[in-house]
Amino acid sequence: MKLLALRGVACLRGGRLLFEGLDLVLGYGGTALVKGPNGVGKSSLIRVAAGLLRAAAGTVERAEAALADEHLALDERQPLGRALAFWLADPTPGIAAMGLEGLVEVPVRMLSTGQRKRAALARVIASGAPLWLLDEPGNGLDADGLARLEAAMAAHRLAGGAILAATHQPLALPGALELSLA
Amino acid sequence: MTGLILRELRLALAGGAAALPLIFFLLVATLFPFAVGPDGALLARTGGGALWTAALLAALLPVDRLVEPDRASGVLDQLHLKGFGEETVALAKLIGHWLSFGPPLMLAAIPAAALLKMPAETLGRLELGLAIGTPGLAALSLGVAALTAGLRRSGALAGLLLLPLAVPLLIFGAGYLERGNESGALQLLGAVSLLLVAGAPFAAGAAIRAGRD
Repeated sequence: MKLLALRGVACLRGGRLLFEGLDLVLGYGGTALVKGPNGVGKSSLIRVAAGLLRAAAGTVERAEAALADEHLALDERQPLGRALAFWLADPTPGIAAMGLEGLVEVPVRMLSTGQRKRAALARVIASGAPLWLLDEPGNGLDADGLARLEAAMAAHRLAGGAILAATHQPLALPGALELSLA
Repeated sequence: MTGLILRELRLALAGGAAALPLIFFLLVATLFPFAVGPDGALLARTGGGALWTAALLAALLPVDRLVEPDRASGVLDQLHLKGFGEETVALAKLIGHWLSFGPPLMLAAIPAAALLKMPAETLGRLELGLAIGTPGLAALSLGVAALTAGLRRSGALAGLLLLPLAVPLLIFGAGYLERGNESGALQLLGAVSLLLVAGAPFAAGAAIRAGRD
């Protein structure tokens, strides 16, 4: 059983070919780290894998997935706990994993950049989805946040989950498949 | 699905945004007698048409907050990953939008009718017409909101797209006020409204998908 299978995938954006002939298969515990300079198509690859962008060629199959990208997608007016509860039956594991316990009552619009990133990751962690799609997960996180993210990713892999992450920062993912675009 | 509809309602009612179309509707009803003069018979004859026009323009007001904020904040993407089809999301938005806009407008039509010296019989027809027509108006607003999401200064474009499509609702709605149902205006109003309601989730769903490219 594969959690993510990209076969011969090509991506066209605005008439420009970003990449083509891309093959990637992630099984249980599989991890791939997409690297490359800005504008090379890392985020597009994540969105293709999520099914949000149509691949210009090739096929995409995936299991149930959770996505964390630059968009927070939480209602700005609501307290963080309630905003997360719209998406999750039980957000507590994610809140605990990202150290957000003290912010549960704080409205989302008051959160800082790093806290927002933690909230987006908390939704992925608590989602229970076997496949995590992370677009620049380390952006805006402090050392503590980064350590918590790495611990959560390690735990997810141990539990048999797969991760596809795009990043230009160093991210500790031992044994991850490195995928260089460009 | 229920959760989605409740979220739409909560967003519509938050910050008093839902009151804006109502205030606009009542404002038109107040201004109209100033413009045409205090002739009761003339007001009663033309007031119904003015109220239908006001309802149509009131439906245009919330267009920019129906789809665009959810697109920009990534909510539509996250719903896709949760396994909701774009059509389902659009249908939930349609129901939520109508609930926040249709029934309040029908309530506001009562004081508005009083301001225009509208006879009770005409008010009854107006309420029935609004009950049948506002779902169609809500569907049009949603379709146009999904089409223009992501565009800058989409307000004017939304008006240009929506108003011509709303003409049949206006004709049959106002026609029913004037002549009753001898010409079958109510059935035609229902047919147009039904067509819009049935088509809007698919049009809006396709527009949301296309907007991701």
